[in-house]
Amino acid sequence: MAFISSGYNPDKPMENRITDIGPKKYDEFYPPIIKANKGKWKYHEILEPGVLVHVSETGDKVFTVRCGGARLMSITHIREMCDIADKHCGGHLRFTTRNNIEFMTDSLDKANALKQDLESRKFAGGSFKFPVGGTGAGITNIVHTQGWIHCHTPATDASGPVKAAMDVLFDDFKSMRLPAHLRVSLACCLNMCGAVHCSDIAILGYHRKPPMLDHEYLDKMCEIPLAIAACPTAAIKPAKVELPNGKTVKSVAVKNERCMFCGNCYTMCPSMPLADDVGDGIVLMVGGKVSNRISAPKFSKVVVAFIPNEAPRWPTTTATIKKIVDIYAKDANKYERLGEWAERIGWERFFDKCEIDFTHHLIDDFRDPAYYTWRQTTQFKF
Amino acid sequence: MAKHATPLLDQLESGPWPSFVSDLKQEAEVRAKNEKGVEYQIPQDVCDDLLGVMELSFKQGRTHWKHGGIVGVFGYGGGVIGRYCDQPEMFPGVAHFHTMRINQPGGKFYNTKFLRELCDLWDLRGSGLTNMHGSTGDIVLLGTTTPQLEEIFHTITHDMNQDLGGSGSNLRTPADCIGAARCEYACYDTQALCYDLTMEYQDELHRPAFPYKFKFKFDGCPNCCVASIARSDMSFIGTWKDDIRIDEKAVAAYVGGEIPPNAGAHSGRDWGKFNIVKEVIDLCPTKCMRYEGGKLSINTKECTRCMHCINVMPQALRIGNDRGVSILVGAKAPILDGAQMGSLLVPFIKVEEPYDEIKEVIEAIWDWWMEEGKNRERLGELIKRQGFQKLLEATGIKPMPQHVKEPRSNPYIFWKEEEVDGGWQRDINEFRKHHQR
Repeated sequence: MAFISSGYNPDKPMENRITDIGPKKYDEFYPPIIKANKGKWKYHEILEPGVLVHVSETGDKVFTVRCGGARLMSITHIREMCDIADKHCGGHLRFTTRNNIEFMTDSLDKANALKQDLESRKFAGGSFKFPVGGTGAGITNIVHTQGWIHCHTPATDASGPVKAAMDVLFDDFKSMRLPAHLRVSLACCLNMCGAVHCSDIAILGYHRKPPMLDHEYLDKMCEIPLAIAACPTAAIKPAKVELPNGKTVKSVAVKNERCMFCGNCYTMCPSMPLADDVGDGIVLMVGGKVSNRISAPKFSKVVVAFIPNEAPRWPTTTATIKKIVDIYAKDANKYERLGEWAERIGWERFFDKCEIDFTHHLIDDFRDPAYYTWRQTTQFKF
Repeated sequence: MAKHATPLLDQLESGPWPSFVSDLKQEAEVRAKNEKGVEYQIPQDVCDDLLGVMELSFKQGRTHWKHGGIVGVFGYGGGVIGRYCDQPEMFPGVAHFHTMRINQPGGKFYNTKFLRELCDLWDLRGSGLTNMHGSTGDIVLLGTTTPQLEEIFHTITHDMNQDLGGSGSNLRTPADCIGAARCEYACYDTQALCYDLTMEYQDELHRPAFPYKFKFKFDGCPNCCVASIARSDMSFIGTWKDDIRIDEKAVAAYVGGEIPPNAGAHSGRDWGKFNIVKEVIDLCPTKCMRYEGGKLSINTKECTRCMHCINVMPQALRIGNDRGVSILVGAKAPILDGAQMGSLLVPFIKVEEPYDEIKEVIEAIWDWWMEEGKNRERLGELIKRQGFQKLLEATGIKPMPQHVKEPRSNPYIFWKEEEVDGGWQRDINEFRKHHQR
């Protein structure tokens, strides 16, 4: 295909250049009912899973239909969303921070018609395009990272395990039977672009083999001091290495037993890859939250040190998650988040109830904060 | 007929949850047919090859993407992430597959006109694949080639009045919650503050000058729907100082079972009749609430604004009127030194245009961090390394008990010379006159 110019002139890059203009201003995109009632909202109610009403002091009501979706989406899919928004919502829609899509209307009748329309649309493969739900005391969409679709450091895929997990958790996306809302997140390595460290359930990709060293290329492709400085445990030192051809090159040596498999060296130096089909897999962390409701925000805790990558559907990972969710649903008090429940019953009881083996990997030994997680009391449960 | 067989990915087409595989195949097919006659500027089979490389990863359990090269648009140091496939001969359509981050609008509200323009642009010059949205909040346009970058930038800035987002060691694209636009809990206009700071700090956003990434996130209330307290170097969380507004009639309606508790969030199960004492009063973390003789009262002075009672009875209880933000600093994910939650720096500050007071805090923090921060050291790590006291000195904020969960349990105080009467210069000979060797 022929190159089409946008009007940009590569010989004069500064000619008519526009920079630093920022995003579109938020209120350009408000639906009229939002514009008219901003700051005047009085209360809201979840009428049924996925359908909310917000009531304004002016008497206006906005009905929102929330639906889930893969955050990896095509423009064909976005155009279909636009068609729906044009048909039902005056050409407006929004996304939530958890990759849900929200369509807003000004009457319940319109919202019901919209919901019906959304639920009727399916992909050729049979899955829903726009499942309605993700509200209240249930499980909403999983926020996640790129994984094998686009990232250079992942220890697992993102879209694949998310699809597999949401299929297993789908009933809880469509209902509100849990004691409180439950947030699931996935990050495909411990860089955690997805910041899953405060989720009720975090699915985390993790490497378990120290970097391989591409000695022949290392000094050519990397700044050795940067690779050394990148290591949080000082496991990397400079080294002179003799190649099979007898040539001596500058490279690095890694003290393998010090490696925490963070991949930070690989980020700085492409000649130190960690990825491995057997070494890589999933860590499950639970009990985190970001809300300040009742108890302070909490970090998620590691409860399963390793599950192999089982593409394409990660059955061990999804079954373990499902089991934790079901036991929490049965056992926790109303309003109690997963982490609050585990703290109330005690973590020893959590492992009992969820039938998860406790191994040495779950005892913190990373620097100072570790001590504060050991038990300094005679109060424990048998 | 698909270009590559994808037997593993095909297994992700079944099941109820929207299948990204079906969507990728749908886009691959649309491009192959090209009924609209688009003059694709990057390989037409880009989606087929993406499916192919993904299938290979599913088979081998490893990614096939290399490190990003240095690609970008002229004069910016962020917004574009270079990406190359490590099997370009097998998958030439995705040999170059760069990402562009587009700064999302506040509250992620859109009209279809803008979205369609974006789709048309990405049809012509990209893979037709996006993330709505990336983890930080940007619109993520996945997959284009180097020659297209300036063209895309030209089109978005000239025709769409829209700029790129951040990446690298700069201010990352700020993100906000839905806030006052459609939430009764919003203690300030998150979108207005987010937009103002985004515009004020465009230079910091586009041109990396920091030790490492820096994130702002704006939560309208302590429910923290954008997770600012866990994810941003500076977290702006709405709060208030005065009384929670109580509508006793509505309280009675909740007690009488006329209004479902927690805005109907628990309606999927029979939890029994609503019990205000058990579900609200007893769960209050400070026990500052009483329910006596059919009347609810709250001792505002003891309330820590956790939002529980308001969440349970939104029609009866409303946030106070004397509103502002709390600023917490230093949150980050685990790399490198472990995860950190935001620590409270400014308990309360009014949110009033032009937000000068807030900008003073931001700029004092940046000055300190840019001076003292090591390469790739997040603000939270610098605070840990040098101590919270240094942060207070840098920002000129007075220490107060609100800054700590509890006072230190060791007495190892680093006294400063000027804090000790007479200083540290002493005369050993004078000392020896009274104390033999």
